[in-house]
Amino acid sequence: MKSTGASLSVKGLKKSWGPTEVLTGIDFDIEPGGFLTLLGPSGCGKSTALRLVSGLDEVSGGSILIDGKDVTKVPADQRNIGMVFQNYALFPHMTVAENIAYGLKVRKVAKPVREASLERVAELMSLGPLLDRKPAQLSGGQQQRVALARVLVSERPLVLMDEPLSNLDAKLRTEIRSEIKALNKSLGITVVYVTHDQSEALSMSDTVVLMNAGRVEQVGTPKELYDVPATVFSARFIGTPPMNLLAVADVSLPDGVAASYGNDPADLLIGVRPESMQFPAGGADYSASCRITSIEYEGSVSLLHLTSKSGASFILSHSGDTLPSLEEKITVGWTQSAAHLFSKRTGERVLTSS
Amino acid sequence: MNNRLSIRLAVIMLVIPCSLLVAFTHYPAIQALINSFWNNSSSRRPSRFSGIENYQALMEDDRLAQILINSTIYALGTIPLAIGLSIGMALLVNSRLPGTTLMRLSFFMPTMLPMIAVANIWLFFYAPGIGLASQILEVFGMPSINFLGRTDTALASMMFVAVWKEAGLFMIFYLAALQSVPTNLKDAAKLEGASALRVFWDVVMPLLRPTTIFVAVNALINAFRLVDHVIVMTEGGPNNSSALLLYYIYEVTFRQRDFAYGATLTVLMVGLLGLLAIVQYWVLNRKAHYQ
Repeated sequence: MKSTGASLSVKGLKKSWGPTEVLTGIDFDIEPGGFLTLLGPSGCGKSTALRLVSGLDEVSGGSILIDGKDVTKVPADQRNIGMVFQNYALFPHMTVAENIAYGLKVRKVAKPVREASLERVAELMSLGPLLDRKPAQLSGGQQQRVALARVLVSERPLVLMDEPLSNLDAKLRTEIRSEIKALNKSLGITVVYVTHDQSEALSMSDTVVLMNAGRVEQVGTPKELYDVPATVFSARFIGTPPMNLLAVADVSLPDGVAASYGNDPADLLIGVRPESMQFPAGGADYSASCRITSIEYEGSVSLLHLTSKSGASFILSHSGDTLPSLEEKITVGWTQSAAHLFSKRTGERVLTSS
Repeated sequence: MNNRLSIRLAVIMLVIPCSLLVAFTHYPAIQALINSFWNNSSSRRPSRFSGIENYQALMEDDRLAQILINSTIYALGTIPLAIGLSIGMALLVNSRLPGTTLMRLSFFMPTMLPMIAVANIWLFFYAPGIGLASQILEVFGMPSINFLGRTDTALASMMFVAVWKEAGLFMIFYLAALQSVPTNLKDAAKLEGASALRVFWDVVMPLLRPTTIFVAVNALINAFRLVDHVIVMTEGGPNNSSALLLYYIYEVTFRQRDFAYGATLTVLMVGLLGLLAIVQYWVLNRKAHYQ
């Protein structure tokens, strides 16, 4: 059942509820068969954007193109889009089989074809023995599989997923995460996925659209978002623990960096990931002296919670064998390539020529 | 010590409601059953045991046969009509149209009015020539009908009054049920390609089924219980065409003062209602719950 995915293009999408503007104009594109994630904190408008794409809510501005065709005004039932909901939205009065085949029945697919599709999908999602049960008799993970099966059976070219894993426990989540990813690749369907979990977004997506307060903060591959955060918000949102952002006063910069920044050097924020910091700081381009306030042991690494001269706290992920002791005054360092410079005023990344 | 006191208290607490139940429910029911085996007393002749004579009379009562047919038509007609109308009103009131609060109020108003008042309103409504019903007919160029005075329209007229009075209350139940239907189920059906009508039939209606059963039970009970409007508007006439079982019991017992036959009819009614209650409980237990 290799179905070919559709391309999706969203241009200047806006949505307001009365006077409140929820989406202030967002843009993104996906290639057929791609996996795009809308990532952001709760209330950033990512689910709203998904509902607009699905056609369940009406747009206030902008356009939505599927395979190059403008579907902005097409009603939801005619967009040929599949959707997996956060709490699965299985029909409680129908059996698993009826739930899965409902869409085919509505579209008057002949019964033998319907049964063949059902059987194929049931096998794919290993739901065979559950087909006669009601949703209430299934576990969360099983319900999620049924919801996925319901979307897959219709062979829709575009599937939307609204935080589909958030109601599952950690183990099931990683299991179904890889299942979804595998289905996306093997069936060639295009997936738009909504989540607030950055590790989910980084591990599954081809493209991540990071959203904040109704607009797009950054679009890129997971690696781009991690390696080259475009804004302070991106830097803080991606990565666990998040990137450290230090004021110029706390850091000794290599010669010429501050000078090459056109504006007041005090406007600079120096970002560095906890895992890119070195201790001891030997031979590093940047360094900062600080005090260790607490140590969290996490197995492969230890997180050192540090306090700088000015009292700002930051984190270093330490993988060496020798642990410094609490309250010890140390100097940590990092290389030029690990340093990210931002403007405090605009929140944007600044490129220094050094 | 404390223990003994609490047992005494418990007995008192039990006796009060039990005695009420016995005095006003069980005793009259049993007395009615006993009375149905005795004939009617008069000032000259005391009542004497007559066996199943009253029941033989019941079997041969042509008027009763007609009334049972009336009651069946009345119940079978008012129940689906009340359900359909109340679902329609609930959908309307639950929609995003302007003025839903006013609609809710006006739909619920008839439920708050006493049946006697309702009957009086509808007496004017049905009045031949001057009533609203006649005036509406006139607009469409049809002759005025004496709704309450014709054997073929009297019962239907009673049914309309009952539906009008009941539907507002049932609407409240349906409104509550509609608001508890999860939106994402409707969304999911819509995305599967279902039209609004299809979403309603396939998703909303099945989830309303417990409410529908509850409403049907209440409508059925009301069909036997409410006769005020019959007493006020038609007195069962013309020619028994709008007489219902409870009205007949009232007439036989308190107008004709035939207490024995009245008791016999009461036994019949209690039996009928008991049978219906059993069927309904069976249906309720089997069909009403999903989760």
